[in-house]
Amino acid sequence: MAGGEPVRPGRTATNPAPRFAWTRHRALDLMQTYAGAIALVLLILYNVIFNASAFLTVNAIRVNLTQVAEIVIVAVGMTLVIATGGIDLSVGSMMAIAGVVAATILLSDVAPWNVPYLGGALAYVVPILVVAVFGAANAFLIANMRIQPIIATLILFISGRGIAQVIVGGRLQSFREPEWQVIGQGRVLGIPVQAIIMIVIVAVAAWVLARTAFGRYVLAVGGNEEASRLAGVPVTRVKYAVYIISAMLAGLAGLISIAINSAADPANIGRNMELSAIAAVAVGGTSLLGGRATIVGTLIGSLIIQLTTYTLLTEGLTDAWVRVVTAAAILAAVLIQRRSTR
Amino acid sequence: MTVGTLDAPIRTDRRVRLAALIQRQGALIALVLTVVLGQAIYGDKGFLGEFNVTNLLRFNSMIALLALGMTFVIITGGIDLSVGSVAVLASVVAANMSGHGVWIATAAAVLVGAAVGTFNGGVIAGFGIQPFIVTLATLLAGRGLALWLADNSVAQLAPEAFTNGFIELNNSRLVEWSVDRGDQTYGLVVTLPVAIVIVAYLIGSILLNFTRFGRSVLAIGGNEEATRLAGVPIARTTIAVYVISGALAGLAGAILAAQTFSGNPNEAIGWELSAIAAVVVGGTLLTGGLGSVGTTLVGVLLLGVIINLLGLANLTPYWQQVIRGLFLLVVVVLQSRLVGFGRRRALAP
Repeated sequence: MAGGEPVRPGRTATNPAPRFAWTRHRALDLMQTYAGAIALVLLILYNVIFNASAFLTVNAIRVNLTQVAEIVIVAVGMTLVIATGGIDLSVGSMMAIAGVVAATILLSDVAPWNVPYLGGALAYVVPILVVAVFGAANAFLIANMRIQPIIATLILFISGRGIAQVIVGGRLQSFREPEWQVIGQGRVLGIPVQAIIMIVIVAVAAWVLARTAFGRYVLAVGGNEEASRLAGVPVTRVKYAVYIISAMLAGLAGLISIAINSAADPANIGRNMELSAIAAVAVGGTSLLGGRATIVGTLIGSLIIQLTTYTLLTEGLTDAWVRVVTAAAILAAVLIQRRSTR
Repeated sequence: MTVGTLDAPIRTDRRVRLAALIQRQGALIALVLTVVLGQAIYGDKGFLGEFNVTNLLRFNSMIALLALGMTFVIITGGIDLSVGSVAVLASVVAANMSGHGVWIATAAAVLVGAAVGTFNGGVIAGFGIQPFIVTLATLLAGRGLALWLADNSVAQLAPEAFTNGFIELNNSRLVEWSVDRGDQTYGLVVTLPVAIVIVAYLIGSILLNFTRFGRSVLAIGGNEEATRLAGVPIARTTIAVYVISGALAGLAGAILAAQTFSGNPNEAIGWELSAIAAVVVGGTLLTGGLGSVGTTLVGVLLLGVIINLLGLANLTPYWQQVIRGLFLLVVVVLQSRLVGFGRRRALAP
């Protein structure tokens, strides 16, 4: 790292709050730092110039916000997991489990599930607690049994959706609870409720990562696990925390998903979410090796992926091209990042 | 079924050797037990009958090809998440080329797979990006390309395919063997896909155990930095393992096209996970540097037999998923315990 500390988009344990200053070495670094933001601005400009009539409507903005909220919420948890040097493939399955548990509670006609308001509250709380237990199971395999995160979470990736399907016998659960569904269909001052939830989660997570001891611990574990252990960082507890947070956020996204659809389909809630979330984190500039992470970058990454999809689809290109372009975006992001980490 | 390793223990005693033996051959022991148990419980449903065995082997031939490539990749310490997408992409290519005969269609499928593998290996070795993320990108892009080549629907095989060898690619019976035992016919039919798998595994085993390339593969997974200092061509070897993995996935795609008589972009979802699971169950370490081709084949068979038995037990596919996950859990935990035990004992003063 000759030539001074390069400016980085992410927080590291030793560089918790980088300050921005200009020197002649830093032109390229700055470009790398803001590559995501630049890409996002370009995407918005493109739509404003070529697609204004459709893009600059309240409805289009609302649709994009509604669609991106689930990805952002899951990707924030994924960012914390990846910051510790891990990965969580089970988020889509967690969404499915939380979704069917909530739908089962909403459709139940026995106490306490059918008590007005209490039942609704339980339908928020119980599913998230259930997936928190599964998150702890992931953490147990990773932190206590020393199994690689990709394999440990692969287990629930495979069987989690099966568990969700077993719970409801594989059947779609339709329900209608307008008050409960406010998290997916409600608006405050015209803004979709899930977008507000998303912004709150991003703000809290960004603050936690940058300003709290826990945030430092997360980055320290990802930077050098053995050194942080020797330095007294509670590595095992930090790992439990990030996998449980990831599971709970995925559970929340699952609740939003079923609230939008008025139905819980165990086969489809959160399908491919792990890919979208990892892509958002990578595009956002968080190092996939751990130790350096940016929550705001993850928000930008999610918005880039959402707007890319939206732009391609409005330009009449098919889902096939969305996948190819997303893949290219992930690779480009990782390549740019790689230059800046050398 | 020899196991190659450069990570020789400093000292061994009987218990370490026993732990190592279980870690390496546990899958084979489990396979034998599962088959015996399966026959005892579901024998009357034709578990070892000719029909069941033939279909079991034919379906798992494709997973076996993916798992063979995956074994090489994982031994180098990498991972290839793109194999399912590559197989689907290759099946669409094979379907689109099916009018030109099965040989040309298969060659095209293998070439497409090798091309994706070259891209994977080139980016991984050339830019030093994690295999996980590169092959995740090609997982996405491969299925996207498959959808595009199939015009967002299913690519049907050309009418000529009925006569130009596609039926034979799936169905030719090379060896048939059966015994009549009263009310049961036990049997085994070696179809062409199964024969391809046997030949591929023989070649793979020789490559890994008896060639300089195989030693390079094991060495990279053992300690990449030391291997570089020792002068092993790391970039070339890394690219080669991903090309092998891609080409085998392409071959599996051609078989898939012959088996379903179409190239369906929505087929083969999760095959990469089945392949990884088979490799892990077979005892190859995900950390690289230790692994074996033969035990991967045992892993494929074990997982295939278990899924087959769950089907015979009339469990819903949902339960099958849950039990597959539980099984992987048991294997992974056991393996980590056994390896940990071996290491601790071997390094004890």
